[in-house]
Amino acid sequence: MASRLAGGDAAVSILEIKDLGKTYGTGVRATHAVGRVTFDVAEREFVCVVGPSGCGKTTLLKAIAGLLEPSRGEVLLNGKRVTDPPPEMALVFQEYGRSLMPWTSVRNNVLLPLRHKKLDRPARARLVEEAVEAVGLTRFLDHYPWQLSGGMQQRVAIARALAYQPAILLMDEPFASVDAQTRGDLEDLVLRVREQFGITIVFVTHDIDESVYIADRVIVLTHSPTEVKEIVAVPLPQPRDQIATKALPEFVDLRGHVQRLIRVERVPVAVE
Amino acid sequence: MTRRRALGLALEILVPVLILIAWQLWTAHAHTFKFPRLSTILVDFRHEYLFAKFGSDVIPSLERIFAGFGIATVAGVALGVPLGMSTTLRRFAIPHVEYWRAMPPPALLPISIILLHSIQNRQKIAFIAFFCLFPVLLNTMDAVRAIDPTLIDTARSYRVPWHQRILRLVLPSALPQIIAGMRNSLALAVIMMVLSEYWSSSSGVGYQLLISKNTFQFGPMWAAIILIGLLGYLLNVLFVLFEHRVLAWHRGWRAATPQ
Amino acid sequence: MLAPEQLADATGSGALAAAPAPRFRVSPAGVLIPTVSVAASLGLWELISRTNTISQHDLPAMSTSFSALWTLVQTGAFWTAFARTVRGWALGLAIATALAVPIGIVLGSFDLAGRAFRVPIEFLRPIPSAVLIPVLFLTLGTNLKSEVFLATFCAFWPLLVQTMYGVRDVDPLALDTGRSFGLSALERLTRITLPSCVPYIATGVRISSTVSLILAFTAELFMGIPGLGQKVNFASSFGQTDQVFAYAIAVGFLGLAIHLLFSALERRALRWHPSQRRGTS
Repeated sequence: MASRLAGGDAAVSILEIKDLGKTYGTGVRATHAVGRVTFDVAEREFVCVVGPSGCGKTTLLKAIAGLLEPSRGEVLLNGKRVTDPPPEMALVFQEYGRSLMPWTSVRNNVLLPLRHKKLDRPARARLVEEAVEAVGLTRFLDHYPWQLSGGMQQRVAIARALAYQPAILLMDEPFASVDAQTRGDLEDLVLRVREQFGITIVFVTHDIDESVYIADRVIVLTHSPTEVKEIVAVPLPQPRDQIATKALPEFVDLRGHVQRLIRVERVPVAVE
Repeated sequence: MTRRRALGLALEILVPVLILIAWQLWTAHAHTFKFPRLSTILVDFRHEYLFAKFGSDVIPSLERIFAGFGIATVAGVALGVPLGMSTTLRRFAIPHVEYWRAMPPPALLPISIILLHSIQNRQKIAFIAFFCLFPVLLNTMDAVRAIDPTLIDTARSYRVPWHQRILRLVLPSALPQIIAGMRNSLALAVIMMVLSEYWSSSSGVGYQLLISKNTFQFGPMWAAIILIGLLGYLLNVLFVLFEHRVLAWHRGWRAATPQ
Repeated sequence: MLAPEQLADATGSGALAAAPAPRFRVSPAGVLIPTVSVAASLGLWELISRTNTISQHDLPAMSTSFSALWTLVQTGAFWTAFARTVRGWALGLAIATALAVPIGIVLGSFDLAGRAFRVPIEFLRPIPSAVLIPVLFLTLGTNLKSEVFLATFCAFWPLLVQTMYGVRDVDPLALDTGRSFGLSALERLTRITLPSCVPYIATGVRISSTVSLILAFTAELFMGIPGLGQKVNFASSFGQTDQVFAYAIAVGFLGLAIHLLFSALERRALRWHPSQRRGTS
């Protein structure tokens, strides 16, 4: 597989974030959730966003997704400004338990976003089945989500996003609430899914290992007011492997580099 | 079965039985015509309501309960959803909702008769429906307001249109609380039915209660009391069964998810 | 133990059988919109009756009703009746509380006790209060005793159920911690269980306060016991429709005042409870 370029400028930029900022409140009591963030994402790229705790990563992702209106700057999707959640984007939340509907089956959960698309019933059913198969949960189509483990529930959420056939998948610390072993499986799942469906992924995480492992590029943020500190290219060979890739000296170097960038940024925060 | 559970079960059965025996013994001993023997009451009960007066009184009462309860539920949910979703609408409705929910319903009995020119079904059903509205309405409002924001964000990010949002997200999510409100509303419907019939009616179990008291037929009077008590109890049991089925997913989810 | 579903509500999550009146928000919109709403409704009422959409014979105009109320409020007889209703209400609520809280704690704490009385409670609870009216006619008579009995009997149940639920909901971890620190059973009760129950009891008192008023009024209305209910009864019998409306408005305001007062108390008691906290997740 060809390695991705650091700047992504040779490939087509599907997503452009320009001077994005979000401030709550005014004057002295203003909270700068996001300061000024600028970066591009190329088509089919896997971009990770990492930063110190409390640096507004979730706010940033929600602004990109069109769920929040930015105070400054803009998000361009294929050149068009994002004001409302666009149909080409799907979002996977960290709290899978709260974003899945507990009163109905896995099948109906995955079906939800498809119901308002102009498709006939067999087409919808097919999309659901393909998406659920891609995450390996075909056996559980008629279970309730809460009957599944945490990792499996997150896979349902991913399947739902996939069935929606987005061009871009936004993921907000999706594996933070999942145990470490399952996390590895899910990371590999997302990499596979990217290859299989050819989607672009913007992945927010606080786990540095994870970010270097899965990304083509890692966007390191500063602490509040948040800006892009550095964009680190990750030219590690594809396909990635939990053991082999993590043993490579290049991996160790990159990881250390990102970790050093973040450590400088970590400001002691008062215990609330 | 463990000893403790066996003891618990035994008590559950024993205590009610003992109470009934005590009732029989006391009334047999007391020899007052106001409190006939339990056995006499039960004979009168069988005589009156199984099934002589069933069609003429029990059925109309049940009709009124179900009609009033049904209207109240539909209206409560239909109003509660928009009120829960819109702060402005809620502010508009709040003074009315808080005033009427605190009003003692019997205060409106004479008024309902005056306004509706009748003491027939429509007056009773209107009266029942009006006051049974509030438990459902309030619970629906609260539940809709308290919907998990993550669910809302999910719906927004997938561009789910508003009518589907209400049907597939808001209503199912609010359902447990709506059903809690319905349960209160059903109990209230029984009370309102009896009150409205006792105040002014020409049929119904509340009417029978009044008539038998006024004609000093205490056996049938107590029989009516038992009947009404049974009615309330049975309706509650039926509702719990209904709730059990409809909210099976909710119990499973609560058990599986640390709150 | 009684399962949560059998006690308060289906969600089993909490005791809030319909929330208390919300806090009064002192924002421009928060004051303006409700005020406009009330004014508009009153105006609509006036319009409907003045234009005879509903005949003034049936629906006295808003102005007529309020002026009838104003006249009444200036008579001693009104306030005597008012005081009698408040007395019946207060006694009913007080006795119900004094009985329901201790009994609720006992039944909630001791598994077997709770189980033994489950069926009687489940049977007595849904009894429509109205059936007691003829019984009271025959036994206690048409006086304050009947009114207080009726109010107490009906206010008792919600409070009992709430208290039991509160006891049941005490965090077992807190109790274990207390035990490991050597607290006696009585100390555990007063220092851990009771404070933990306070929000539930506050909710129960709020619900019972409304129930007690309803039943006090019901007793007066149906049994001719002195009080506002009796006044409504008389006004209705003598065809004084505007007075019927006037008394209804007055009772409504009394009910509202009680509801708001106990809602405020409940909110204070609930401030620390997890169900009231907005999560930080």
